[in-house]
Amino acid sequence: MSDASPAKDKTVIEVRSLGKTFGDKTVLSDISLDVQRSEVVCIIGPSGSGKSTLLRCMAFLEQYSAGDVRIEGELLGYVDERGNRRLAKHRELDHTRRNLGFVFQHFNLWPHLTALENVTSPLILTRGMSRDKAQETGHRMLSKVGLDELADRFPSQLSGGQQQRVAIARSLAIEPHIMLFDEPTSALDPELVGEVLNVMRDLADEGMTMVIVTHEMGFAAKVADRVLFLDQGRLVTQGTAKEMFQKTDNARLQQFLSSIVERNAIWQQ
Amino acid sequence: MFSEFSIIADNLPDIARGAWLTVVTWLSSMFFGMALGLGLAICQRSAYAPVRMVVAGFDTVIRGTPFLIQLFLFYYAGPFVGLSLDPLPAGILGLSVYSSAYFSEIFRGGFESIPKGQLEAARIFGLSRWQTLTRITMPQMLIVIFPSLVNMMIILVKETAVLSVITVSELTATLSTLGSIHFAYVPTLTFLALFYWIMLELLSFVGKRVETRLARYLTV
Repeated sequence: MSDASPAKDKTVIEVRSLGKTFGDKTVLSDISLDVQRSEVVCIIGPSGSGKSTLLRCMAFLEQYSAGDVRIEGELLGYVDERGNRRLAKHRELDHTRRNLGFVFQHFNLWPHLTALENVTSPLILTRGMSRDKAQETGHRMLSKVGLDELADRFPSQLSGGQQQRVAIARSLAIEPHIMLFDEPTSALDPELVGEVLNVMRDLADEGMTMVIVTHEMGFAAKVADRVLFLDQGRLVTQGTAKEMFQKTDNARLQQFLSSIVERNAIWQQ
Repeated sequence: MFSEFSIIADNLPDIARGAWLTVVTWLSSMFFGMALGLGLAICQRSAYAPVRMVVAGFDTVIRGTPFLIQLFLFYYAGPFVGLSLDPLPAGILGLSVYSSAYFSEIFRGGFESIPKGQLEAARIFGLSRWQTLTRITMPQMLIVIFPSLVNMMIILVKETAVLSVITVSELTATLSTLGSIHFAYVPTLTFLALFYWIMLELLSFVGKRVETRLARYLTV
């Protein structure tokens, strides 16, 4: 990398001709995209368009069937050896994903551990951190999402929004370079969405590289540097939030957006 | 009639030895049966279909035949295939194999009770398979399967009595021998039943205590 290139222009995720099939059903085809350092990319699209699957392929939670995903230059999930491609071993995959944080739609906290233990466990188990150091980091991360006073609660004692913030703290604790969010507010009661989005906006302001699958168009419009629109497993169009939400001439995107506008309009009457 | 009960007192050392053997047999076959059962349950989650089929076949055969027959085959037919064991090791091995099939079914249900998302979270943070098993899966599934585990342990205590048929001189063998020698079945068998009953009551008591402790996070 030449020193002349500004930090923001460094590609940290590279997706090339990605394809994914479940049996004989094609879920994603020929998707290529780059994510630059500190960029916030939102992926939108109707349900069943493959946007969650795309995000999961970018973390190798789903095994993609064609193309490449590279995280900071390293091929994800596979190893190319002497012209042959094989599945990466557990350890190899862990290594490639070491700087990747992932936030799930359903939080996926471990219910038998307290909020603090949820945050510290990965640090102690996989980052070789001492218990004391991990707890210090854990408290700092929980403070960051505004939940340190609830550190000793179990997930079942927290609201959905609080659980999702703990999940974000858990991911942040490993000091990821990239954070992936899979519909982080879709499982929440409407009045709890805001607290999670605020945490995410703070992260974006701090320069975290983020890829977010979301239905929150208002959030995408405010925070995203770039918005991707997926439909039927294809990347239909992409652009800045303004280009996508105000000036698009893509018929399918217009149709998708108007369905959302209409739904909101009903409530505004 | 009442004096018959002195048979128990007169043969206390033999009875104690029998009781001890029963406890040892029970504990060791429980340990090996659980370990083997856990291994089988893990194999049953294998990505390879042949492995899953072999385990499923084993479970079906073991759970579909009486333990008495299995034990006879083990002990009397074993030597024909080069498996010549003393009564006690044969009994423990037989009981371990028998119970492993049941334990594996219990563990399988436990594994299935853990939502997939929790394992994905463990995976994405780089927890190894072993860490995921011991830190995430086991602590949670133990609570779910604990009553079934205790139940199986209880069944296992009673199954140790079957070992008397291959001449393991555990408590049942000891007391029924005494009973037939002195023709005093009432005191010996009463004592035998009492022994098992008290042991099982103790086991369920401890089980309940442990269960409450395990489930702390569910009831806070």
